[in-house]
Amino acid sequence: MSHTIALTVNGERYRLDVAAHHSLLQLLREQLVLTGTKNGCEAGECGACAVLITWPGAARAEPVNSCMVLAPEADGAEIVTIEGLMHDGQLDPLQQAFLATGATQCGFCTPGILVNARALLDRNPDPSETEIREALVGNLCRCTGYIRIIEAVKIAARAGREAER
Amino acid sequence: LQPFDYVVPKSHAEASALLVEGNGTIRPFMGGTDLLIRMRGGFIRPERVIDLKALPGMCDIRLGEQGWLAIGAACTMNAVALHPLVQQHYDLLAQACNAVASYQLRNRATVGGNICNASPAADTAPALYCLDAAVELFGSDSARRLPIAEFFLGPGKTALRPGEFLTAIHLPPAPVEARGAFGKLGRTKVGDISMVSVAVLVDFGLPIADFGLAETRTIHTPQSTLRNVRIALGAVGPTPLRASEAEAALAEDASPDGVKRAADLAAAAARPIDDIRASAAYRRAMVAVLTRRGIEAVLAPSSSVLRPSSAGGAA
Repeated sequence: MSHTIALTVNGERYRLDVAAHHSLLQLLREQLVLTGTKNGCEAGECGACAVLITWPGAARAEPVNSCMVLAPEADGAEIVTIEGLMHDGQLDPLQQAFLATGATQCGFCTPGILVNARALLDRNPDPSETEIREALVGNLCRCTGYIRIIEAVKIAARAGREAER
Repeated sequence: LQPFDYVVPKSHAEASALLVEGNGTIRPFMGGTDLLIRMRGGFIRPERVIDLKALPGMCDIRLGEQGWLAIGAACTMNAVALHPLVQQHYDLLAQACNAVASYQLRNRATVGGNICNASPAADTAPALYCLDAAVELFGSDSARRLPIAEFFLGPGKTALRPGEFLTAIHLPPAPVEARGAFGKLGRTKVGDISMVSVAVLVDFGLPIADFGLAETRTIHTPQSTLRNVRIALGAVGPTPLRASEAEAALAEDASPDGVKRAADLAAAAARPIDDIRASAAYRRAMVAVLTRRGIEAVLAPSSSVLRPSSAGGAA
């Protein structure tokens, strides 16, 4: 069964026919060819498919695993994927910090972590190390050992706070 | 995923009629964090999923009659844990919701789904048992309410009849001086399914504000005896369970010896099995540890409320 839905992805409006049994992850990767969002476990464990979603009527964007959202559910929603994290040709402070600290190795987990860390800093601009670790519990990285990822989030948080001043 | 249809019913009656008609080939759908995994694994192959989230009240948290709090079944774990009324009066439930999986999964996983899956390891269940929650079920004939303990029948088995679905969880007015602690053990410090969990709730016996139920709880607490102790265990039986003997023991004696005795009685009340996540013996031993930690956490933060002088005044 197919559903016609309207949604916004990275600021672009789309009207799409989506299959009822497709996930939001499939919609993004296969229909919109936004392949920055990765398909890891399809079980909500790894966080590689994390995107930001603002549900209709909701006050703010929240991170979800896009493998856990059905495509027809996204009707009326606003989505931000890793491709939408840059602003005015500038990398997000988190992306800059990941580059500077070497927080990326194979890179498969990086889009989900960046998106989820963006959501963390949006709701808590000054997170403690514990809060960073707790916020990223659902993002698995098999390369880095996480230390540089956490460092990068701290650096980006500091940069964000200084930019606010 | 195998192909299926996705239906958003307009009314409770329509949802119930669809669920009856499906006779097992139709599944209710809320956050999908359990359903989609089981479908991807090929364990179930529904022809249709019925999204109940848009029905009136399903995502609302509001004060109801006589000070009860009504939590819509499709409220996400984060929506519950971050709600001011939950944080203020039902911190134990907020702790349990926050113990589920990861932040982004808690944006999808619902408190109603956690209950309806009837996993003995459901993290919100021990908290809801301690809080004397009631569940509201909507069926083709009528709506009914059940105590939470009568809703869980066994692993994956609930009291839901064909065509019925959970609409809300109701919490009775919380005593002002009740304090709770939820603890769990998984393979990792946070984020994993519980291999054992324990919720402890102690009402320190001070009057309930406003709600007209004060006559049952107005007597202040003599030193080191406690009123209304609740201890509930998760993942150590076919359903979550209350450890009544441990509760009675702690109510009688909250000294360090009494705490140890209550922890041992809680372990004795567990009915664990060996499975992929832990052995029965380990689970039983850890019930004692988590119960002791839970009681200590509840008693420690302000031992002053145990003193009679604080009952009516500045505490």
